[in-house]
Parts: sequence; C-alpha cells; structure tokens
Amino acid sequence: MKTFRYERPADPAAAVTLVAGTPGARYLAGGTNLVDLMKLGVETPELLVDVSRLPFGEVEETDTGGLRIGAAVRGSRLAAHLLVRERYPALSQALLSGASAQLRNAATIGGNLLQRTRCLYFQDVSKPCNKRRPGSGCPAREGAHRDLAVLGASEHCIATNTSDLAVALAALDATVHLTGPAGVRSLPLTDLYRLPGDEPERDTVLRHGELITSVELPPPPHSARSRAPLMVYRKVRDRASYAFALVSVAAVLDVRDAAVHEVRLAFGGLAARPWRAREAEQALQGRPATEEAFVEAVRTELSACRPLRENGYKLALAERLAVAVLADLAGQG
Amino acid sequence: MRLTFRVNGRQQQADDVWEGESLLYVLRERLGLPGSKNACEQGECGSCTVRLDGLLVCSCLVAAGQAQGRDVVTVEGLASQAKKRADGRSGGADGRTGKAGTDLQPLSPIQQAFIDAGAVQCGFCTPGMLVAADELLERNASPTDADIREALSGNLCRCTGYQTILAAVRLAAARGTADTAGTADTAGTGG
Ligand SMILES: Cc1cc2nc3c(=O)[nH]c(=O)nc-3n(C[C@H](O)[C@H](O)[C@H](O)COP(=O)(O)OP(=O)(O)OC[C@H]3O[C@@H](n4cnc5c(N)ncnc54)[C@H](O)[C@@H]3O)c2cc1C
Ligand code: SF4
Ligand code: FES
Ligand code: FES
Repeated sequence: MKTFRYERPADPAAAVTLVAGTPGARYLAGGTNLVDLMKLGVETPELLVDVSRLPFGEVEETDTGGLRIGAAVRGSRLAAHLLVRERYPALSQALLSGASAQLRNAATIGGNLLQRTRCLYFQDVSKPCNKRRPGSGCPAREGAHRDLAVLGASEHCIATNTSDLAVALAALDATVHLTGPAGVRSLPLTDLYRLPGDEPERDTVLRHGELITSVELPPPPHSARSRAPLMVYRKVRDRASYAFALVSVAAVLDVRDAAVHEVRLAFGGLAARPWRAREAEQALQGRPATEEAFVEAVRTELSACRPLRENGYKLALAERLAVAVLADLAGQG
Repeated sequence: MRLTFRVNGRQQQADDVWEGESLLYVLRERLGLPGSKNACEQGECGSCTVRLDGLLVCSCLVAAGQAQGRDVVTVEGLASQAKKRADGRSGGADGRTGKAGTDLQPLSPIQQAFIDAGAVQCGFCTPGMLVAADELLERNASPTDADIREALSGNLCRCTGYQTILAAVRLAAARGTADTAGTADTAGTGG
C-alpha cells in the first residue's frame, strides 16, 4: 500500500477544507470499501480524512414527518432503527440484505452510497479498465460481464452500482444533502449517480471535497386501508446470504379501488446507478392493478436493455422479480 | 503515530504505528495477539472478526487510526468477557487479563462448546466464528437455526461444512443462558 497521511478533524468544515485543498485526498468512513481498494492498489490517496466520528451520527424525524439520516450512521444501526422498521421497511430489508453483520457494523450510509463497482477488472490493477485508468479500454465487454450492466451502459464502461441501500432510497424519493468548498447543496438521490458515457471514471456528480452530510426521506406513503406502508426490497443473488445482487427491486405500491393510486419502482444490478423505472410508473398510474398491467409496464421499461453475451438472463429475472413484487404488494393492499 | 486503545479490557499503546496498518496487523504483530486470523484481508471471510466498541467488525478493514481511543475484544478476551457477563454488571468485573491481554480465565462457554461439538478442523476460521457466535448468544440466548446461519454468514469455513459449527452454537445455547447471555446494554445493534 502506498503511504498516506491520516487526519481526523473535529468538525465538518475542517474536513472539507482538508480534502478540498489536497487533490489526492479522500474521505474515510467505515473503510470497508476504501481500505480494501487501497490494499488492491486501486485507490492511492495521499491523505485520508476520517469523517466517521463527525456529528452526522443521528437518525431524526423531520418536521414534515420524514426522516433525516446522518451520513455517518452505521448500516446495522439504521436497519434496526424502530422508525425505519416501522415506516420504511424496504430500507431495513435492503440494508440487511447487503454484506455481512461485521461489514454492516462498520459501513456508514455515506460510504455505502459511494462504494465503487465490483467489476473484476476495476479491482485488478494488472488489467486495463476505463474507470480506473481512463482510455485504457474495457475488457469486461468481451470478458467477464455476467454481473454487469444491461441498461444505460456505454461502449466505455458497463459497470454496475452495487449498493442495495441506494436502490431502496431511489424508490423512497430520498434527497442527499452535501456540504463542500462552495457551500451546501441538495440533490435527489437518483441524480447523485452518473451513467458512464465517455467519462466512466466519474461515478457521481460530486465535486472534489464535497461531503455527504445526510440523506432525507419524505414521509412514507400509506395505503388507504392499512397503516403499514406497502413497500418491499427483494434481492436475487447467487446464494441466500452475503452476496451482491444479480438483480434487485425496491417497490412502493398503493392500490385503491383496484387501480394503481401510487407506484414507485427501482431496479438494482442493472445499471451504473439505481434504476428508477419512471416509464413503468407512468404506464401504471391509474391503471387496474393486474398482473397483465404489471408485465406490460415493466416490459416497456426494460425494452431499453442492451444485454451482452453473458448477462441477458438479467432481463427475464428483472421482469419476473418486479412483477412478482408488485403482485405481492397489490395482494396485501 | 501512537495508538492508544483498550484491548480485552486492558489499556494498550503501540508506537510508530503506520496509518496504513490494519487493526488486525496491530493486534497480531504489535500486541502479540495472534488469535484473530489473517486470511482474505478483504472483508470476505470473517477470520479476523473482533468487536470494536461492542460491534462485530472485520479488523482487516479497520485502519489502525480508526481504533484510537476505542474498545476492542478479540478471541483472546472471550473467556474474561464471558466471566464478566456471568458476574453481572456490578460485581467482580475485573477483566483479569495477562500481560498482552491474553486470557487467564478458563475457556468461555462458546469455546468449550466448539470443542465438545467437534466444530474445529484446521481452526483457521474458529477465532472469528467464536467471536461472532459469542456476540449472537449475548443478544439472543436461544437463537433459531436461521438466526445462527444469518449471524455466522460473514464467517467462511472451508473445512467443516458448517454442521458441527451450528451444533456447537446450539449446544452453547442449550447449556444455558446464565454464562453466555449478556445484559441488554451490551447488545451491539439497536437504535
Ligand atoms: C465482502 C463484501 C461484501 C459486500 N456486500 C455488499 C452487498 O451485498 N450489498 C451492498 O450494498 N454492499 C456490499 N458491500 C459494500 C459495503 O456496503 C461498502 O463497503 C460499505 O457500505 C462502504 O461504507 P464505508 O463507510 O465502509 O465506506 P468507506 O470505505 O469508508 O468509503 C467508501 C467511499 O465513500 C467515500 N465517503 C465515505 N463517506 C463519505 C461522505 N460522508 N461524504 C463523501 N464521501 C464519503 C470515501 O471517500 C470512499 O470513496 C460489501 C463489501 C464487502 C467488503
Ligand atoms: S466495465 Fe467499467 S469498471 Fe469494468 S473493466 Fe470496463 S471500464 Fe472498467
Ligand atoms: S481477513 Fe478480514 S475478512 Fe478475511
Ligand atoms: S475449520 Fe478450517 S476453515 Fe473452518
């Protein structure tokens, strides 16, 4: 591992100044992704600025009845939080489906959102990779891409975003709050991530030195009949526990008088960002909540898929998973 | 840099620690506590599992600097941790440990159960399994098989096929909650 300096500033402003003033600086939270990538030589920061003990460790209700989640909150703690389990069960499910207990205890919400792709070539510095070394090529296209993207990819990169949390947050209309050298700003979570285009090295729209301070959720949707919010996160993977998603779905569905009153749908494992299925949502709005309508809407969304040799299975998997999840939610309503 | 933190109830100090060292390296190479094992170094196998401020973590992915001022329990501290729990919150919790934080207590109930159930083959995964199983029993005195499987899913074993490990955790649970179960305030997660 390359040598680096380590600082643990006492307040967020100092942290931002440190990182903004050093081109090779990175924030360090739980370290479960960054330290790993440093050992592999993929990340070679000259300065690590530890933000895991900054005052962003709270989960609080907002004035409007939503939830504000500090960026330094640990995944295990958020998953177990009473308000999350009661009002945003899909969020809890997404967190608990990721990694292992040991990792969830160390990993923070901010770090989770900014975890890097698990593409094999990205993690292997002996191989070319446009994301790691711009212009060097993308061996995944011809090589191992069973886990990689079928939506929104470019000729330069077909990596996927692997955060389960991000998929749930995308369906829950989360907002990300940032602070940086130019002040504070907020973004819808779905706008945080970029598609690769011809700059695959940039995963997100964050500027150097920008720090995630919190994630905010609007009040949970409630169905007319029950108090329980109708939402779910479901993940398909190679084994029952402790594996990244092949495909995952987060959905919120409210059916009234047998018609779709409100629906929000997001896919994981398909693209470089959590894929909010706006076309499917629009197609379903006000329509009868039937399996046929779900199939049709999901197919519309997935018609943009461009699978490669080994990842075509994701299409059928995504369609069946989304339809099953929507049908289950409709049945509970 | 100088690193000061508590290991198995005892204040420890290590000098000239390089920031890039992992907590696992500090424990094994600087403090002479080789119980936590170094296998994948990538957070995948769990053989380096320790408790950091009560929470299970992979010590291979914790940068040394992040342990500053915190409280670490390794497999070497399990027996005194179990004794402390058995003695209750108030009395007798002296955390009697040896020079390098090595335990002077007899084996903890979970360690004994691993031996009795034949849950150890090459033993490489065992320290991490023990720390994770101990934490499970601390917050859940009578876990179901599904609970055990999920709690140990971050710990890989390439020898046993897991059945004897499941049996060991069941055995420790069945032998009673008195010395394995902790008090609610030491449970890791919650919020
Ligand atoms: C074996 C293994 C299995 C895994 N399985 C899954 C899985 O199934 N599903 C899943 O979703 N994830 C999985 N993960 C990934 C895991 O969730 C991430 O490693 C973790 O969430 C990262 O959080 P962290 O706090 O440790 O981040 P760090 O490693 O500390 O940081 C990650 C990145 O985020 C940046 N960063 C951190 N905090 C901030 C902030 N507040 N503002 C700006 N930048 C910040 C850092 O600079 C760094 O670039 C797995 C990881 C491992 C090792
Ligand atoms: S898919 Fe992206 S991350 Fe993977 S090798 Fe190609 S450029 Fe690199
Ligand atoms: S050595 Fe830490 S998880 Fe494998
Ligand atoms: S006993 Fe050998 S790895 Fe588990």
